[in-house]
Amino acid sequence: MRKLLLLFSLMLAFSMQSQDYFPTDAGVKTTANTMVAFKNATIYITPEKVIKKGTLLIKDGKVLDAGKSVKIPDGTKIVDLSGKTIYPSFIDIYSDFGIAKPKRPSGNFRRTQYEASREGYYWNDHIRPDVNPLKDFSFDSKKATELLKAGFGAVNTHMNDGIIRGNGLLIALNSNSSDGYRILDTKSAQYLSFSKSATSRQAYPSSRMGAMALLRQVYNDAAWYAKGNMKNKDLALEALNNNKNLVQIFETGNHLDALRADKVGDEFGIQYTIVGSGDEFERINDIKATNATFIIPINFRNAYDVSNPLLANQVSLGDMRKWNQEPANLKMLSDNNVNFALTTHKLKSIGSFHKNLQKAIKYGFDKEKALASLTTIPANIIGNNKLGNLNEGSFANFIITSGDVFDSKTTIYENWVQGNKNVISDMDIRDITGTYNLSANNKNYTLTITGKGAKQNGTVTLGDKKINSKFSFSDDWIAINLNEDGNYTRLVGKIMNAANVIQGTAYDNSGNESYFSAAKMVKKSPKKEKNKDKKESDTTYEVVPVSYPNIGFGNYVQPEQKNILIKNVTVWTSENEGILENTDVLLKDGKIAEIGKNLRARNATEIDGTGKHLTAGIVDEHSHIAASAINEGAQNSSAEVTIEDVVDPTDINIYRNLSGGTTSAQILHGSANPIGGRSAIIKLKWGENADAMIYNNSPKFIKFALGENVKQSRSSNGTRFPQSRMGVEQMFTDYFTRAKEYEALKKSGNPYRKDVEMETLVEILNGERFISCHSYVQSEINMLMKVADKMGFKINTFTHILEGYKVADKMAEHGVGGSTFSDWWAYKYEVNDAIPYNAAIMHNAGVLVAINSDDREMSRRLNQEAAKTVKYGGMSELEAWKMVTINPAKLLHIDDRAGSIKVGKDADVVLWNNHPMSIYAKVEKTIVDGKVYFDSEIDNQKRLAIKAEKSKLINMMLKEKMGGGKTQTPMKRKDRNFHCDTLEELKS
Amino acid sequence: MMKKIIYSLLFFYLIGNINAQQTPANKQTTPFSIEGATAHLGNGTVIENSLIMFNEGKITFVGSAMMKIARQGTIINAKGKHIYPGFIAANATLGLVEIDAVKASDDQREIGIMNPHIRSLIAYNAESKIIESMRPNGVLMAQITPRGGTISGTSSVTQLDAWNWEDAAIKKDGAIHMNWPSSFTSGRWWLGEDPALKPDKNYPKNVNRIISYFSDAKVYLAGNKTPKNLPFEATKELFDGNQKLFIHVSGEKEITDAITEMKKLGINNLVIVHGVGAENISELLVSNNVPVILDRPHRNPNSEDDAYDYTYTIAKTLTDKGILVGLGMEGQMERMNSRNLPFYAGTFAAHGLSKEDALKLITHNNAKILGILDFTGTLEVGKDATLFISEGDALDMRTNIITKAFIQGRDISLETHQTTLWKRYANKYKAK
Repeated sequence: MRKLLLLFSLMLAFSMQSQDYFPTDAGVKTTANTMVAFKNATIYITPEKVIKKGTLLIKDGKVLDAGKSVKIPDGTKIVDLSGKTIYPSFIDIYSDFGIAKPKRPSGNFRRTQYEASREGYYWNDHIRPDVNPLKDFSFDSKKATELLKAGFGAVNTHMNDGIIRGNGLLIALNSNSSDGYRILDTKSAQYLSFSKSATSRQAYPSSRMGAMALLRQVYNDAAWYAKGNMKNKDLALEALNNNKNLVQIFETGNHLDALRADKVGDEFGIQYTIVGSGDEFERINDIKATNATFIIPINFRNAYDVSNPLLANQVSLGDMRKWNQEPANLKMLSDNNVNFALTTHKLKSIGSFHKNLQKAIKYGFDKEKALASLTTIPANIIGNNKLGNLNEGSFANFIITSGDVFDSKTTIYENWVQGNKNVISDMDIRDITGTYNLSANNKNYTLTITGKGAKQNGTVTLGDKKINSKFSFSDDWIAINLNEDGNYTRLVGKIMNAANVIQGTAYDNSGNESYFSAAKMVKKSPKKEKNKDKKESDTTYEVVPVSYPNIGFGNYVQPEQKNILIKNVTVWTSENEGILENTDVLLKDGKIAEIGKNLRARNATEIDGTGKHLTAGIVDEHSHIAASAINEGAQNSSAEVTIEDVVDPTDINIYRNLSGGTTSAQILHGSANPIGGRSAIIKLKWGENADAMIYNNSPKFIKFALGENVKQSRSSNGTRFPQSRMGVEQMFTDYFTRAKEYEALKKSGNPYRKDVEMETLVEILNGERFISCHSYVQSEINMLMKVADKMGFKINTFTHILEGYKVADKMAEHGVGGSTFSDWWAYKYEVNDAIPYNAAIMHNAGVLVAINSDDREMSRRLNQEAAKTVKYGGMSELEAWKMVTINPAKLLHIDDRAGSIKVGKDADVVLWNNHPMSIYAKVEKTIVDGKVYFDSEIDNQKRLAIKAEKSKLINMMLKEKMGGGKTQTPMKRKDRNFHCDTLEELKS
Repeated sequence: MMKKIIYSLLFFYLIGNINAQQTPANKQTTPFSIEGATAHLGNGTVIENSLIMFNEGKITFVGSAMMKIARQGTIINAKGKHIYPGFIAANATLGLVEIDAVKASDDQREIGIMNPHIRSLIAYNAESKIIESMRPNGVLMAQITPRGGTISGTSSVTQLDAWNWEDAAIKKDGAIHMNWPSSFTSGRWWLGEDPALKPDKNYPKNVNRIISYFSDAKVYLAGNKTPKNLPFEATKELFDGNQKLFIHVSGEKEITDAITEMKKLGINNLVIVHGVGAENISELLVSNNVPVILDRPHRNPNSEDDAYDYTYTIAKTLTDKGILVGLGMEGQMERMNSRNLPFYAGTFAAHGLSKEDALKLITHNNAKILGILDFTGTLEVGKDATLFISEGDALDMRTNIITKAFIQGRDISLETHQTTLWKRYANKYKAK
């Protein structure tokens, strides 16, 4: 009912405004030219500039003046706002207001679509800078009402679809006007995201890294187009170039994506304004370092309903923490001087905006900053100085409140947009609270009215007995229905005077009318309520500390680089020295400083290694942990993408791999296509960010692949070239032929279109980038070596290489290494002849051999896999151990830093309690760059800490639930398990 | 003429195909005496410098080599070596699929939801190249288990050196396997749902479907049984207690429901397979005498917050609580990985269990759970002479080097498709 009333008042508030020169049949011309002065109000001209008892003067939808002493001209309508506050209306800087998201095309789409659907535009349908949402815009009165209620006066909207999404519209939420007035800007910004357009089924990009690579190529192509070098018309690139000077607003789904977007922007000199996700606190320093302005949603999650322990067990500590920490995000952002605006984006209901904002303020977010983040900051983002302030000449967009707008007890009375009044809550509502003597039906009832404004409500008692009653109140009229054991009485009366005497008519059960009246008895006693208020403001909000990454087993502080002296240990050098018994190793400044007997060092932590074994950290040549994406399989070559873009430092498998002694890994692209993406070679520095994990001056690698995966053997709808091993050869020949032509053109000094994919292939031809090629059967292995010979490049590593033993002599001749599984086979047809003796045969034939994992579980026990080469094929234990340390390090060209215990190398070592290749061996310490990243004792402490923290958070959530707070069903995030052939879906 | 060509082709095929399977060994005709080895009996006992003798497929003597007793038949000096009972892979699918990705080679699941009548044994390919690769690692017996549906079908136990499935079977149709529903379900991401795991509203319905199925079977079996209902007929031995019901289930709630509901129906001979969460309801398991077949420990813990070694320590945890624990194979690449069975047990030994207790999981305990302990599973007089000699500790890949293996006294080949290729190519490069 109240909702209806509100709508009604919104509509009646002012008659429709019409354009000045438009013909009208409304009779004689009536020009509304009223000036309105709002007196005696506290006025926030800007968040910083506040005037007490000031006057705001508006005319024609604009602010004429605002200040302490404003001269009010004759003929001005005066509104007295004593005790009330005026704020500039808020701006929702990120919205799809009034622009419906396009529907996915229907029909049978079994066949993968590789080409673009649009003609005359860019080759990729998801690049849509040409989208002008104006034609799809339709003012959404319902949503406008919700936004107005929350205090918003303007909204910045766009087509929320695609990777590049076109320009935005700035809309005044002026329900009483026409688009002619309320569209303030048709090019307020340009929008981007990592999500594909729903309008097209074009498969590329299928991954986050593909989206990043696509953006880069688009920028390259736009520059090329701008120079007039393209033969064809490209309306998308044209639009992109036209939108160049707009602010670029980039929507992201989590803080990792925010950093990724910023990285792409930086490469092209573009500072995106980033729409965040509310988890910025998890890497606040990196967020700060972007120097970007952020737009932050405040859709805090509800507490998990942990009342059933079996269900509660499903929720990870990381998720529980997020519930606890999210409300503190705004405080942490502002404490770190990150510039940000707020948005209602992602909120299920705009009604929860203030509730959540109030929560953030309780968690320490500064109110002045809150106001700025809704007014001046969003106005600055879109470069509009007429919004978000009440300076002279600005839009008369303001709200009138009963007090502090961020206080839960404050009422927003009116929201004026472009000088048009929208009544949210009638501010002239009289306070009728109190206890009344109500005489009706020849009885003396007691009527008690409590509450505020329109929410005032009354209850009726007769003596001690509470009467079933219904009370309503509006426009100085009250209506009361009484139900006394089935006898209904209806009372309707008006408040007659300032003393709140009520008089009216009662209609009894039989429809007989009689007079009734009510008069105030005593003053209300506000004591009780005050106590309650006090309680609420006294509550402290404990925020549990953030760890890096912010999940169980994360580090609160990064391990320190210490000088460590390991005494009297059996050292597996992985060098010619072999195994050194009873030896000391000194780690200093992150390097292996000394190896010898009876070493002494000052300021070094000593570890007794008696009975223990020290090895170099294990190097995994083939891993898919710590990545947000693995395959960009929508094209047969994806040399333009790189795993370095999508390294995910929050993956628990990093820690678990450390627990098995792995310290370095090549994170390879998958095997969905013959020319895959570039690798990330990382050190497993748990707790560091993505950039810190990637090797400094990392050797450049790329994944190639052969066989069943690339020819889509197990896909029901494989249509992409190649579909046979025959096609794979031609595909490689074609790409390298083109790469040669590309380089020739580039070298000639003539203009050329920069193509990231070709640049990568040229690096291979020039020996600057190494190939790690997924391979199984001998024919294809032989083929690629022949293609390489012909085109003049080298294969660095064949990975998997399960039939390497059949062509080991040819491999040795080509100089290619083999990185294989110890004993995997029989999982697909091409591994029917895979044998565990492969490593030994290849090794004996002179091939440099490594044992790899391709599996996040095996990668934490590669020591055991190395041991299997002793069992199968009779390798010596020394040589076997090299297969997971120095050999893969050599294959990855990081052997100057990792892979063996040698003076001068990085201090990446593992302390084992037993012979490292024994099934009984356990890791005691894993050290990377001289820092202890895994320690079995600390691990035990972490387990206890997880249990304790979970219990604490569960208690907090129980308290929340029992206090009436909203909860959500416990859930468990899906585990990631990437293999070579994992195809992910980039959402659209 | 045509016949001639076919014959000569066949001839070339026979001698030309080096990929042919190993020939099953002949019946034991002469006794064997293995002397001097450290004997791990599989029941927790170790005999240093042992003497093991067997004849006509059965063990005739287990004791110390110091014992003055006449050595029978062929004497094998195994000083410094180790002797073990043949390892048993429970909940395996050996012989049901040859190559995972080739559908034509896959016979491990039948369509339908309630399939107690489906029998794995007849699909068992005794000549699988994967099966022969088990033997060089000491895996000599396996429970061949159907997958899929709610009631997947009936499993049998085989020995891994046979001409055909009839030869292979050492326990026919010993157990029926059932996949208990999960009380959680994940959102269908392809429909735009959140893929996270959430409580499944259909769980009670799914459980009731099982209960009413068995109730109906019971009613059927008590009646005149016409018209014939083959699946119901197949459940008879479950109610009689002669056949075991293996319930593949994880989760405290699910395991509790499974045990209590089945007992209510009068099915008492129960085994829990997987059993994640069993550690928290050990009293229920112990008091009902329900063993647990654990999954391979070489897998990741289920939850982000779990200790990295959760799957390594679980055998110790359950054993300490008095639960009879076995070890099963189900999971990714389970057939080819079944040869790593000894190392899975070794992993449990590295993380809590004693080596002999870890060994028990894949010998005594698995045999007991599968109902074959009376004739195999440990080195005891009168039992099958299914055993092997290893150069060292067979639970450690460093020392699991098997030189001799016997199944029911038969001196079996330790060669495989893989050793053939190894020798062929090692020689190729040697010749160069």
